[in-house]
Amino acid sequence: MALDKNQIAKRIAKEVKDGYYVNLGIGIPTLVANFVRTDISVEFQSENGVLGMGPFPFEGEEDADIINAGKQTITTLPGASFFDSAFSFGMIRSQKVDLTILGAMEVSENGDIANWKIPGKMVKGMGGAMDLVASAENIIVAMMHVNKAGESKVLKKCTLPLTGVGCVKKIVTELAVMDVTPKGFKLLERAPGVSVEAIIKATEGTLIVEGEIPEMILD
Amino acid sequence: MIKRTVKNVQEALQGIESGMTIMLGGFGLCGIPENTIAELVKMGVTNLTCISNNAGVDDFGLGLLLQKKQIKKMVSSYVGENAEFERQMLSGELDVELTPQGTLAEKCRAAQHGIPAFFTPAGYGTEVAEGKETREFNGKMYVMEEAYKADFAIVKAWKGDEAGNLIFKGTARNFNSCMAGAAKITIAEVEELVPAGTLNPNEIHIPGIMVNRIFQGKKYEKRIEQRTVRQKA
Repeated sequence: MALDKNQIAKRIAKEVKDGYYVNLGIGIPTLVANFVRTDISVEFQSENGVLGMGPFPFEGEEDADIINAGKQTITTLPGASFFDSAFSFGMIRSQKVDLTILGAMEVSENGDIANWKIPGKMVKGMGGAMDLVASAENIIVAMMHVNKAGESKVLKKCTLPLTGVGCVKKIVTELAVMDVTPKGFKLLERAPGVSVEAIIKATEGTLIVEGEIPEMILD
Repeated sequence: MIKRTVKNVQEALQGIESGMTIMLGGFGLCGIPENTIAELVKMGVTNLTCISNNAGVDDFGLGLLLQKKQIKKMVSSYVGENAEFERQMLSGELDVELTPQGTLAEKCRAAQHGIPAFFTPAGYGTEVAEGKETREFNGKMYVMEEAYKADFAIVKAWKGDEAGNLIFKGTARNFNSCMAGAAKITIAEVEELVPAGTLNPNEIHIPGIMVNRIFQGKKYEKRIEQRTVRQKA
């Protein structure tokens, strides 16, 4: 069975280690916070200027001045701090943020990512994504393996305008976990019940399959 | 003490004319200079170039200026929540310069700090870097970006004093703190304006030297774009 969005988030949460500062993008990445182990210390950064984000506020306790990059009302946890936008991207560029998790429309086998524009159809802007992907050392992409028309989004070469080049390190989709290597996508894990053949079929880019591919462990 | 106070928004906005370039603080609707935007609508100035991370929503924030077609060009990083914006952009009525968020912030900060240009890795290899100088430092490629040149910077703070000192609250600091002093003239509107000596100098985020005119806004709606809550167990 292909994973749902929460299960993709759950699998990615396993990559979040003790002591990490983590930036989560909008969409599936936001869900990752719900699944991070509670026995480790992690701080979430939001690029609009907060480190140490907590859960959503209780009803009636929302504060218009305290939001995340998705413009949602949030709370802060003990140890949190606020800062301005230049400082926020300063800590991103200087690689103080250990892990960036973001969504994508397309990724290519050399680690390029496209997620901000469909020419003639949709232009929402890149927000902080270009800064994040150009600077972060460790980038995990959370995305669907194929689009609604059934076409692969895991490609030899991106067709959409790029957000960044050669930056993606790992991809988690509803079907598989893959690393981006100099030789192409290396298949590491498959979703429970999904065959290697199904993943090969859904992947347009070079997919390296070596030995037995284990199923993901979600719990 | 050098007094930076003006009596109201009308006096603060003196000198703003059609065709000028204006920086406006805020992220989404968080920390936007509400009183100034309302007054710009009233003034009817047009052909503005606005540097602001977002363009508000259809009926609030910079969306109000877009509705009246007062903006000729927007310089932003994200315009996702504004249908009128998208319509004007796709029809070609509005010129849009999309800029990575960190680059936008740093272009403000560079202007604020008197630095003409800087190198950033953001956008290298993408259409954002087209026509710009690129250079390798320590094995990595960077794009040269220049400081903004704006006529006015308009920022919103939580508290301010007569000397123009500013304190921000929460994530409403965002671009406000980077834009203060980044243009020829900086206007600050604050929720609470207090006499000099009231604010603790240790807690000032922006010193008054960066602010030319300060006034207390009449009222703040502080609209929330995405009200997200959890239920009490």
